[in-house]
Amino acid sequence: MSSLMELRKVTKIYSHGLVARTTTVALSDVSLTVREEEPTIMTVAGESGSGKTTLAMLLLGFIPPTMGSIFYKGQDISRIKGDDKVIFRREVQAVFQDPFAVFNPFYTVDHLLSVPIRRFHLARTRSQARDRMVEALTAVGLHPDEVLGRFPHQLSGGQRQRINVARALVLKPRLLVADEPVSMVDASLRASILETLRGLQRDHGVSILYITHDLTTAYHISKSIVVLYRGSVMEAGDTDSVITRPQHPYTRLLIDSIPWPDVNRRWGETEIKAKEGEGADHAPGCKFASRCPFAMDKCKVTPPLFRLAEHHAASCYLMEKHPTMDSAQLSDLLPT
Amino acid sequence: MADTPVLEVSNLRVSYYTDAGRAIALDDANLTLNAGEKLGLVGESGSGKSTMALAMMRMIKPPGRIESGRVVVAGTDLTALDEQQMLKARLSKIAYIPQGAMNSLNPVTRIGAQMVDAIRAHEPGSSRANMEERCRQTLESVDLKRGVFGMYAHELSGGMKQRVCIAIDILLKPQLIIADEPTSALDVVTQRQVMETINRVQKSIGAAVILIGHDMGLMAQFVDKVAVMYTGRIVELSSVREMFTKPLHPYAQALISSLPKLENKGVFQGIPGLAPSLLRLPGGCAFHPRCERVMEVCRTVRPDLEVQPDGRGVACHLYGRRDR
Repeated sequence: MSSLMELRKVTKIYSHGLVARTTTVALSDVSLTVREEEPTIMTVAGESGSGKTTLAMLLLGFIPPTMGSIFYKGQDISRIKGDDKVIFRREVQAVFQDPFAVFNPFYTVDHLLSVPIRRFHLARTRSQARDRMVEALTAVGLHPDEVLGRFPHQLSGGQRQRINVARALVLKPRLLVADEPVSMVDASLRASILETLRGLQRDHGVSILYITHDLTTAYHISKSIVVLYRGSVMEAGDTDSVITRPQHPYTRLLIDSIPWPDVNRRWGETEIKAKEGEGADHAPGCKFASRCPFAMDKCKVTPPLFRLAEHHAASCYLMEKHPTMDSAQLSDLLPT
Repeated sequence: MADTPVLEVSNLRVSYYTDAGRAIALDDANLTLNAGEKLGLVGESGSGKSTMALAMMRMIKPPGRIESGRVVVAGTDLTALDEQQMLKARLSKIAYIPQGAMNSLNPVTRIGAQMVDAIRAHEPGSSRANMEERCRQTLESVDLKRGVFGMYAHELSGGMKQRVCIAIDILLKPQLIIADEPTSALDVVTQRQVMETINRVQKSIGAAVILIGHDMGLMAQFVDKVAVMYTGRIVELSSVREMFTKPLHPYAQALISSLPKLENKGVFQGIPGLAPSLLRLPGGCAFHPRCERVMEVCRTVRPDLEVQPDGRGVACHLYGRRDR
């Protein structure tokens, strides 16, 4: 089984200050693989400060890891050069959170879509380039004649976000890193953008790494999920198991706090025992221990991953009757 | 709980005068809210939810203008007050937590000073010690430590800053609190804790609450009644249970069925089409171009919000009186 994108024991530490160096561990020993053969949608979930955006930046090659390596089709992305670099840049695309901030207000939509076509020499003639734009816009559910020639301010947030997806799509990517793509879009448009993303995976063979704090949408769109807390994997597995039967105290707290749009499913029937996080926690061991209602003495040593079922693992001593597993093998239990 | 309404909005209309023409951002809004009641105001961006809040606070700025209507809070007609009286009414009768309020705390003054300011503006006679003690007590009532009084905004987390904003809002025990997306920038766990706090302080001071937002999940969990807005008009007003189990207006129905739930995994049902521009509203019912149950009358006659036999309000010809 070959991998498309692989993170191998990646740690990212930000440090600042010259004399008294303070460090923040944004991501700690994370291994993840997106397989090449089967396109999938994988969710990386976490609150702010969980390291999920750092993960996106690492995958896109914007920042280097402090430890560990990242491979694209078997090549270390920090060493990719020449033609391979161009291929990497084309095949790994991103959609970011804010559909209002990423557009240059002086250019029309055509410009946004034609630059990548020119840059990567994807069309020989003008009409070929236009066909390609029309094709991408249609694929994301927009009417090309309604958006081409328009300026960003003439478009709604939902249209803009779909244009961002279309821009990624003209390049025929293999992997789309979507960092909170729907968090700033109205609820009524959210569904159509998510449907667009799923169509990309199903019909265009694009794997999607869906990075979000919103477990409701994650549940609906993805096959597998990895839950991060302050840079460490808390729980991972197939989305159904993790969301409907969460095991780790953190995941349980997170899922119990989702406000489901359902008057029969009351919010927070279990009380929040955990305190509100107050600043970063530098104590060694389980990152969640300081907020955890079940914290024990041994939580001062980082717990390994325990394999709970074929497609489910959690990093918590409450599960210690289950066999441990190597965190580098995490992707083996994620369904595609 | 008293049955005299704490808020009565009648025929409130707000327009914005732009170069491209006049946009009616809020059209003929009518609302009644009793003490202790919680109302959710939902709709897409541009549907007039925030305009409604600003109009109630009399904070519409040019080119916007309140054209007509009355806002009566606890017996006082806010629209009849002069500017000085309105300044007094804000915070003591009606308080507003704007979107992103937590980022509007002054970064160079201590939290305490900002709170004392609010009391001093309304009760110039209070002694310093008395004001300080009230502030500290209010901080405690929103689950913050008394010591937050002497801290700066940057020393607090997002959830704590939002609590400070709530504390400032309830300092003078207003009868109505309007919160515009109070938790949109917070994590789910913090969001739940902040909403629980709002719930508790609201009960303890007996205020009515209007929660504005587009997170339908939050609405389902928090409010008693929901008003759905579309292009500046309230199209349906129902109890939260009725709204989520049996919405009446086709737009409300589409909105509810577009929501992801635990049961309907993998079903995505967006609302086709886009909301029209307020400058070019379609004739008749503004929703008719997107409506699946459109009838001939919808293209020409605009339906008014009519109270149904069961007390729900809906602006749709499907439920109109047959005698017209």
